[in-house]
Amino acid sequence: MRGAKSAKWVAIAAVVALGATACGGGSGDSGSDNGKGEVDPKGIFSVDVGEPQNPLQPANAKESNGSKVIRAIFSQLVDFDDKGKIIYENAESIKTEDNKVWTVTLRDGWKFHNGEPVTAKSYVDAWNWGANIKNNQTNSYWFSDIKGFEDVHPEKGEPKSDKMSGLKVIDDKTFTIELSSPIPYFEYKLGYDVWSPLPSGFFKDPEAYGEKPVGNGPYEFVKWEHKKQIEVKTYADYKGADKPKNGGVIFKNYTTVEAGYQDLLSNNLDIIRQIGPKDLPKRKTDLGDRAVDEPYNAVQSIVPAFYTKQWKDIDPKVLQGLSMAIDRETITKTVLNGTREPATSFVAKGVAGYQPGIAGDILTYNPDKAKQLIKEGGGVPGNKIFIQFNADGGHKEWVEAVCNSIRKATGVECAGDSKPDFQTDLDTRDAHKVKSMYRGGWVQDYPLNVNFMRDLYGSKAAGNTSGFADKEIDGLFKKGDNAKDLDSAIKAYQEAEKAMFEKMPAIPLWYYKANYGYSTNVKNVKFDNNGDPVLQDVEVLKK
Amino acid sequence: MGRYVARRLLQMIPVFIGTTLLIFLMMYALPGDPVRALYGEQSVDPSQIAAIKAEYGLDKPLWQQYVNYLAGLPQGDFGTQIASRRPVAEVISEAFPVTVRLTIIAFVFTVLVGVSLGILSGMRAGKKTDTGVLVLTLALISVPSFVLGFLFQWLFAMQLGWTTPTVQDSMNFSQLFLPAVVLASLSLAYVARLTRTSIAENLRADYMRTAVAKGLPRRRIISMHLMRNSMIPVVTFLGIDIGNLMTGAIVTEGIFNVQGIGNLVYQALSRREGATVVGIVTVMVLIYLFVNLIVDLLYAVLDPRIRYA
Amino acid sequence: MPELASKTDTAVAAQAATTTDNVLATDAGPAPGKPRSLWSDAWYDLRHNWMFLLSTGLILLLLVVAAVPDLFISGDVSPRDGDLTKHYLQKPELGHVFSAEWLGYDHQGRSIYARLLHGTRASILVGVMVTVAVTLLGGLVGLISGYFGGWVDSVMSRITDVFFGIPFLLGAMVVLNTFSERSVPVVSLSLAVLGWTSIARVMRGSVITVKQADYVTAAKALGAGTGRILFKHILPNAVAPVIVVATIALGGYITAEATLSFLGIGLTDSISWGQDISAGKDYLRTAQYVLFFPAAMLSLTVLAFLMFGDAVRNALDPKSR
Repeated sequence: MRGAKSAKWVAIAAVVALGATACGGGSGDSGSDNGKGEVDPKGIFSVDVGEPQNPLQPANAKESNGSKVIRAIFSQLVDFDDKGKIIYENAESIKTEDNKVWTVTLRDGWKFHNGEPVTAKSYVDAWNWGANIKNNQTNSYWFSDIKGFEDVHPEKGEPKSDKMSGLKVIDDKTFTIELSSPIPYFEYKLGYDVWSPLPSGFFKDPEAYGEKPVGNGPYEFVKWEHKKQIEVKTYADYKGADKPKNGGVIFKNYTTVEAGYQDLLSNNLDIIRQIGPKDLPKRKTDLGDRAVDEPYNAVQSIVPAFYTKQWKDIDPKVLQGLSMAIDRETITKTVLNGTREPATSFVAKGVAGYQPGIAGDILTYNPDKAKQLIKEGGGVPGNKIFIQFNADGGHKEWVEAVCNSIRKATGVECAGDSKPDFQTDLDTRDAHKVKSMYRGGWVQDYPLNVNFMRDLYGSKAAGNTSGFADKEIDGLFKKGDNAKDLDSAIKAYQEAEKAMFEKMPAIPLWYYKANYGYSTNVKNVKFDNNGDPVLQDVEVLKK
Repeated sequence: MGRYVARRLLQMIPVFIGTTLLIFLMMYALPGDPVRALYGEQSVDPSQIAAIKAEYGLDKPLWQQYVNYLAGLPQGDFGTQIASRRPVAEVISEAFPVTVRLTIIAFVFTVLVGVSLGILSGMRAGKKTDTGVLVLTLALISVPSFVLGFLFQWLFAMQLGWTTPTVQDSMNFSQLFLPAVVLASLSLAYVARLTRTSIAENLRADYMRTAVAKGLPRRRIISMHLMRNSMIPVVTFLGIDIGNLMTGAIVTEGIFNVQGIGNLVYQALSRREGATVVGIVTVMVLIYLFVNLIVDLLYAVLDPRIRYA
Repeated sequence: MPELASKTDTAVAAQAATTTDNVLATDAGPAPGKPRSLWSDAWYDLRHNWMFLLSTGLILLLLVVAAVPDLFISGDVSPRDGDLTKHYLQKPELGHVFSAEWLGYDHQGRSIYARLLHGTRASILVGVMVTVAVTLLGGLVGLISGYFGGWVDSVMSRITDVFFGIPFLLGAMVVLNTFSERSVPVVSLSLAVLGWTSIARVMRGSVITVKQADYVTAAKALGAGTGRILFKHILPNAVAPVIVVATIALGGYITAEATLSFLGIGLTDSISWGQDISAGKDYLRTAQYVLFFPAAMLSLTVLAFLMFGDAVRNALDPKSR
């Protein structure tokens, strides 16, 4: 009760602070690590998160703001550690004999925030509802591995059923998932928010529920003041291992990162997830040790459009050469202001199956070898490349820098091909109309090397828009998919990655970093593999 | 008078339809698909996209979409915003009060400062004050508003610390002042110049000499004769400019993070939210048409020689 | 700024009637003795106007810069190639006049001064091309509309209203979004398609006034053809206000291009000040000069054309002095 009261009080204070013309600009006491001071386990802190665009339904949280809140309110069957290893959360165990039929047993005593027990049915009903094409959930294709998906989500026409035949409730605590074909790493997919359970009340009015979600996660929904903030408090009965060390979170809506940063400087905001470009160069002076850069599982690359005349029958040596003509070290330090870290593989660092050193020297700047490789490979057709990017995403600066680097190192002409916005960029890619190369970005769906390879470069993968199709690579991926268990699948994909550096389906550039900052009110702020703060671990200091 | 208004209202119909149709067609011609965009760079789901499109009638032929759109308008139905699945009317009505506030501040600022400067230099045409105002207005016109915006941001927020670089609460009048001044600067310069020209011209007019010769008090001459006659072109400009201030705010609202119509339309455009863009343009065109009508009617009040049959 | 362009539009609309009358009512003015034409009188005026002389000088200089930018910088400096390792955000060396490092280096390690010089061409080309296109298109519509009147006028006027009703910047953004490669002609034409309306209105008003003049009636009575009357008698006498409006708007079109480039939908194949300003905004807290130098150059150029337009207006319309 006391917690709830103080939550309200903080909320009011926050609103007042938002309303007043906060004359920010004062620099915090830099260098302090907030190590001293007593921790208040009931303390509430704030994080910047934009206004979610959709009702808070787990299968509909395509855009990142909504999914941040959903992750606080819901727990899924599994979670992951820093290295991408699976931890069982709501699941007691997930077992399979053949990688096709998976038996899930739930942990005892888990309840939704309204007191309703979390049962096998809560999961099965939620997934059936989310997969149904009539419910227009943007993440519905996540269920497509399950047998009977076509019945609830046909390519055309009305769904034949509202249940997937692959999902069977055995008893309150057990259910089975049958897939249409074996996937040794299926467990990994289950950590995504779309696989959350839903209480029975949801199905009566999903729209209204989305305004006031009830979940099974570490935090309980309190209220949503549209365009201002969303408040959650610690769920007292939470059974998970990641029990919050604080009293609750306020997700504050800022429409610009600059505004959020101003509030952080005046301690009106506790965590800013990404410091804006204008303030990045000054973050260390402003915040000292409270400005932190941490890489997360997302990679940026430039992808040749293999359907063009230019790249159709290219010798991969040319692409290796171009890769070595890019001075990743300097560009990430200067133009990108430390927001990225040079890539060392096709796969992000924090995923299971990441192999340091796999790239050899292909991702290392070496103008002489670059020139030589390009020459050996027969040169770049037309001796000019374009890199397509969207002008509304802050990509122009690094595209220009990459081009400068290539031009200077190899003499190959290089220019940015600017599309006004992400829409046009995507449209051109979908329509296979990219004239030379395009910038590609991939944030993990699940922390496994497979996600960074098969889903992007498999010749039939939905994420493959470059037209890259290589029998050898496809074969290696297939080998991984047919592996008898997870470990051998990971190994097979590691083999495939090695082969990928011989084929160069893309030129990996760098990994993303979260450039976050925090106020003097909190300590123990860490970020996870998705580039999001680990809310449960944040400790609020007594005032 | 009544017949004139009726005729003008009738003339508005083709203009209104033409403008909305043009924007509708242009939006349709743009590459990119707002439903597809929900999926970003991740794997797409064509069947779900088709289902969502069907729900919003986006699978219909273009002419039918336009007819449906027009049919919805009288009931206040502007369509649905795809990204948020909220009614466009609701989205617009949220942003509208912000832009109205911004416009009001900018407008008041324009009138007060612009007209005063204009009168000041018009009364002293050819003198030093006049040249000073001329140089000031020239400078205000030649500095693009986005440059002025950054200049103000740098000077008043980053150097002097008087305010925050961006607006945090878009409904707060005091926070909107800086962007409003940037928005107003150009209009202000034009109003000042128009007023000046008009005053300088009218000062030489015969009726002024007559008034002076009649021995009327100076204050009465200026307020009744000079001002009334000089304000006609200024009022015209200000009338049409209200609409311009509202739409011209795209860049200013962007720089200062004001959550108004300008910001909304910019985001909607880059997300290919046809319904939102057309909706905003519809509202803008309506405002523009009605303000035009009112300005023309005001003419008659200011200039007794003009009579509308 | 498109705002500027549209502002000019409205200002023009407001002034159109009076300007037209004034220009046409102008007689030889103070000239005693032999009567002088409007044009020779204007020329006399211009030669004695400091604004005209100053702006002409500036414009001539800008034209030379646009033609041969390399003339103004010492050494062989590329505006495109930067050196991140050496020049990243290197502060200006204000003492080293006309050198590559004079105004500092930007975030790509490129010489800001070299980019200022090389950006001139695109800006001026767009300004001039839009003005020419707008004058031709708007002039033609206005001429036809004003001369024939009746239903032709009604239709033309409604079309003009439609285009006038579309917010300029918004319209330009939509139109330019359809092009993936936006060269100087593409941007110019797009701006012209949206910007011709005010010229059309001014031209129409002007033509209607001239149409009633005695010499037109006389020419008609003498059996002159429509074409002859239009181009021999009406056009030369009705064109003055159009020239005034067009010259003043030129600066506005330069701003319009910069604004669109600033928003990322302007020129794609040229160095543009608008783009450089946009890139500089991220360094507003740390290296303001990256933004302020191109901004100053842009403003100066617009100012030059604006003063030029002003001087021309004053010369052609002595009453506004």
